[in-house]
Amino acid sequence: FAGLADVSISENIPVEGEITVPVGSHSPDEDYSTLDEPVRDTIMRDLKAVGKKFIHVMYPKKSSALLRDWDLWGPLVLCVSLALMLQGGSADSKDDGGPQFAEVFVIIWFGAVVITLNSKLLGGTISFFQSLCVLGYCVLPLTVAMLVCRLVLLAGSGTVSFIIRLIVVVAMFGWSTLASTAFLADSQPPNRKALVVYPIFLFYFVISWMILTFTPQ
Amino acid sequence: AAAGGGRSGTAAEWGGLEDNMQGGGSAVIDMENMDDTSGSSFEDMGEMHQRMKEEEEEEEGEAGAAEEEDGEFLGMKGLRGQLGRQVADQGGKRQASKAFSLYANIDILRPYFDVEPVQVRARLLESMIPVKMINFPQKIAGELYGPLMLVFTLVAILLHGMKTSDTIIREGTLMGTAIGTCFGYWLGVSSFIYFLAYLCNAQITMVQMLSLLGYGLFGHCITLFVTYNIHFHSLFYIFWLGVGGLSTLRMVAVLVSRTVGHTQRLILCGTLAALHMLFLLYLHFAYHKVVEGILDTLEGPNMPPFQRVARDIPVVSNAVLNTTAKAIALTL
Repeated sequence: FAGLADVSISENIPVEGEITVPVGSHSPDEDYSTLDEPVRDTIMRDLKAVGKKFIHVMYPKKSSALLRDWDLWGPLVLCVSLALMLQGGSADSKDDGGPQFAEVFVIIWFGAVVITLNSKLLGGTISFFQSLCVLGYCVLPLTVAMLVCRLVLLAGSGTVSFIIRLIVVVAMFGWSTLASTAFLADSQPPNRKALVVYPIFLFYFVISWMILTFTPQ
Repeated sequence: AAAGGGRSGTAAEWGGLEDNMQGGGSAVIDMENMDDTSGSSFEDMGEMHQRMKEEEEEEEGEAGAAEEEDGEFLGMKGLRGQLGRQVADQGGKRQASKAFSLYANIDILRPYFDVEPVQVRARLLESMIPVKMINFPQKIAGELYGPLMLVFTLVAILLHGMKTSDTIIREGTLMGTAIGTCFGYWLGVSSFIYFLAYLCNAQITMVQMLSLLGYGLFGHCITLFVTYNIHFHSLFYIFWLGVGGLSTLRMVAVLVSRTVGHTQRLILCGTLAALHMLFLLYLHFAYHKVVEGILDTLEGPNMPPFQRVARDIPVVSNAVLNTTAKAIALTL
């Protein structure tokens, strides 16, 4: 080391070199492979991912697949179909049968945004879009409930049908809340879970209320 | 919270080398990396890299000779490189500052959401108990979680009430009306009372006022929840005076304890009490009145007033309750 004592490197000389590890051998192949595959494969892959997440919602286990690869296709499809099914009321000016399409859409998306902001402010570790993804996918049980309600209303709209609809909607509301809590509550500090669950409860309660009070004209 | 603490001073404090490991001047990127321990999605990473690349392009354009190759490789450039990056970061920050301001806003609000469920429950119960000691300034917790949740609960209850009374909104939507009413009251009246408090030299900050009024809505929530389900005017008046009165008394007592001078106390507390009680009255009657008007046109003006109750969609339980109420009212 003695010989190196008088070696000085001027600060003006930049040192060049590459410190990247060559991992590039895989990525160009992948790019080409997804570019060359038929469109059907691309669509099927996305559809399978969405379908897998639907199954995760219906049987909520503690898996992180929903969180890891978030996407917003599922929530969009669910939101649009729920809003369309809630549209049945006639456009008569005297009787406003149901909420407008835009109303349902805005409620769902703004509600999800507010809940996400709230959970981030309470110290959650989940990111913005992951939370939106989970909340959107957990609207699935309520969409199923809406479908069932519409079918029951086709049969009649008396007391019995109301009781059936009430039971179905309450059950699906509980399922939605439990499913989304199972995914979201883990990202919170343990003693604040109740603070995060309450707005989720309110959110699904409002949606369930819109479904229950829907009467086709 | 740690990320929040580090973010606020980034504009001025560029001393540490540890901030530069991403090669970016933006705190947004650091925060994304630190918070997303569960793994960012592909799109998040892509967006991040795009932003970093844009920043580096800006840096290279503005710093000129100081940055010739990869800006991340700091090691041998020493202090001169450091200074060059500092100059560049002032300019490159503009790009990311737009996105940064979103996170900065969240961080400003973060301390107001630092509560435990036990505390929220305690404060809810306290909001119905008027304090006795008005000669000593009472403590108000500056917290926004409870008030925000109470406003949303009030919106949900209002929606329920509007649906069961068949309220017809011609311009706008049911949800829009409910949200506008509740948030407008909370924010508007808080600001107005804060302004009056400023004129009357009361010791209260804006956040404390928002918190106080927000918790005062707890009484409103209870009253409306009960009276939207049991449509009986006398019951509503009892709840209005009892529950509404208690929560108003609490708010008034806290404000009185923080104000000096009789005239000032009178102005401030009189205004708050009047607005709070009148709001409850408005919420109850605004939605029943519409139904009464419609019943009038449909069934003619010959109906005696006791039978003008709200029309219900879920007929089972409410029909029983209403016939009982009608029977009692007619016999009184």
